[in-house]
Amino acid sequence: MTISTSLGHLFPLTGAALVGLGLFGFISLRHPLRQLLAVNVIGAGIFLILGGLGRGEGVTDPYPQALVITGIVVSVALTAVGAAMITRLAEERRAAGTASDQPKDQGP
Amino acid sequence: MSPLDLLVAAPLAFMVASLVVGRGGRWLILAASPAMLALSAWLVALPPDAAHLVGDWELPLGILLRADGVARLLVPATSLCFVAVGLYAWHEFSPKSGRETARAHTFWPLLYLMWGGSNAGYLTTDLFNLYVTIEMVSLAAVAMAAMGSLAAGLQYFLIALVGSLAYLLGVALLAAHYDTVDATLLAIHARPDLPTLLAITVMTAGLLVKTALFPLHGWLPPAHAAAPAPASALLSAVVVKLGFVIILRLWFEAFAEVVRPAAMHLLGGMGALAILYGSIQAIRQERLKSLVAYSTVAQLGYLFLAFPLISNAPNPAEPWAAVLVHAVAHMLAKAAMFLAAGLMLKAVAGERISDLAGLARAMPLSVTAFALAAISLTGLPPSGGFTAKFLLLHAAIEQGSVVYAAVLVIGGLLGAVYLFRPLSVACSGSAAPVVKAEAPLRVAAPLALAALAVALGFAGMMLIELSSLSAPPAAAGPLPAEPGR
Repeated sequence: MTISTSLGHLFPLTGAALVGLGLFGFISLRHPLRQLLAVNVIGAGIFLILGGLGRGEGVTDPYPQALVITGIVVSVALTAVGAAMITRLAEERRAAGTASDQPKDQGP
Repeated sequence: MSPLDLLVAAPLAFMVASLVVGRGGRWLILAASPAMLALSAWLVALPPDAAHLVGDWELPLGILLRADGVARLLVPATSLCFVAVGLYAWHEFSPKSGRETARAHTFWPLLYLMWGGSNAGYLTTDLFNLYVTIEMVSLAAVAMAAMGSLAAGLQYFLIALVGSLAYLLGVALLAAHYDTVDATLLAIHARPDLPTLLAITVMTAGLLVKTALFPLHGWLPPAHAAAPAPASALLSAVVVKLGFVIILRLWFEAFAEVVRPAAMHLLGGMGALAILYGSIQAIRQERLKSLVAYSTVAQLGYLFLAFPLISNAPNPAEPWAAVLVHAVAHMLAKAAMFLAAGLMLKAVAGERISDLAGLARAMPLSVTAFALAAISLTGLPPSGGFTAKFLLLHAAIEQGSVVYAAVLVIGGLLGAVYLFRPLSVACSGSAAPVVKAEAPLRVAAPLALAALAVALGFAGMMLIELSSLSAPPAAAGPLPAEPGR
């Protein structure tokens, strides 16, 4: 029982740490791909909080889990859209020959 | 079947149909327009307590769709905007050669996705369902913004993503704390404890980013100014309203008993600053679409300036009606203004205000549409904008809020300054430029929207009665806030 309650706190706290880490990354990083990854870290943290807080004594509440699944689907779809936009923007910039103003960490 | 779920399902069905039809997707607007306008009229005519549980699942789990005053005003206004923009875009996004063809394929499904998402947002009371609707609308909005400038679209996308995740974090906290995320149930159970206050704070912050309230407005002007005219019209008229409606529901319905007056004044102060900053920036713009985009930043300020006026009012119904009438009037007038601006800029093949010289002679109807929209945005009588701003000013003076009253008056003056500048340029000059005649439908769409925005000024009582269906209760006693039931 004590293990279960301490785990109940472990998930939300880890989630909160991930949210903070992701938010820091989003603000401090400049490249859009890194920002997109930082947003995904925030999302993972939120899903951990949502899922972890639904843990009960012995039984698990299915309601937060249903919300988490919906949230993950939305987040995956949006990440794909964002990645597609970043790729398209990089292609356009390369075609326009202005690759010089790209951040230096953009690998091939 | 009820109009409540049809209003959400029908646009999504049209979205799928337009994806299937492909090249001929634009024809669907001819079927969608009468269908959606009829559904909107049905919604307005429903009995006052109309509500519908999707799939007959009971409340804490089910999703409640409800025809309250907010929905009865904003759903028809949104439908009018989409119909006018759709008819306007009929020629612009038709299958032609090259790049335009890709746009003709993508614009129509996006339009229906945004339509279904915003209708769902106005009707639902389930906070998690609202998260899904804001993502639907954002997705369509980002894609439309990216049609103009990919860089501005990407910036908008990332900021909108963080905004909706902040909102989702709040929903997660509420779900864990109350075991429900339905606004009507939260209104009964809400307690002013730390998790609740934290949830309200992060949700409001996330939504304010999406609504682009000063000082979180940075992404709006580049994204709205660069997009093609029909897309700009939808972004400025419809998309930013959804975040505002959700904040309205959170602050005055779900957590009416929890929110402190100081927080109301914080939002009101941000709104006042938005009015002043947006207006001054609009005055400084050289390009017409940037001016209209900064005008959106300013006009959104009025929506939030009203928050402390509603919460302090002895009879909140009046400022409540004012804020909803302002939302409707701004929706119609701003869509009309972007559409008219698109026609004017296309005719002169430029984007600066100085390019417009003499245009009033060459295309009188489009300049008239711009002028009528400007009348409503500035708040000159008789127009929807005047009704809204007069009611707000009345409430501010009644409560002795000198600062808010002063901002309302100064904002109106600044609005007149920035909106009359393009008009005076268009009416100046002796030589009328030679312009290519536009299709009648494209000229009529902004004119009809602008005329409606002005005509709202004559329908004041009807709008106030409609909005009173969900007004917060008068401050006489500590009544549980459960409007719309």
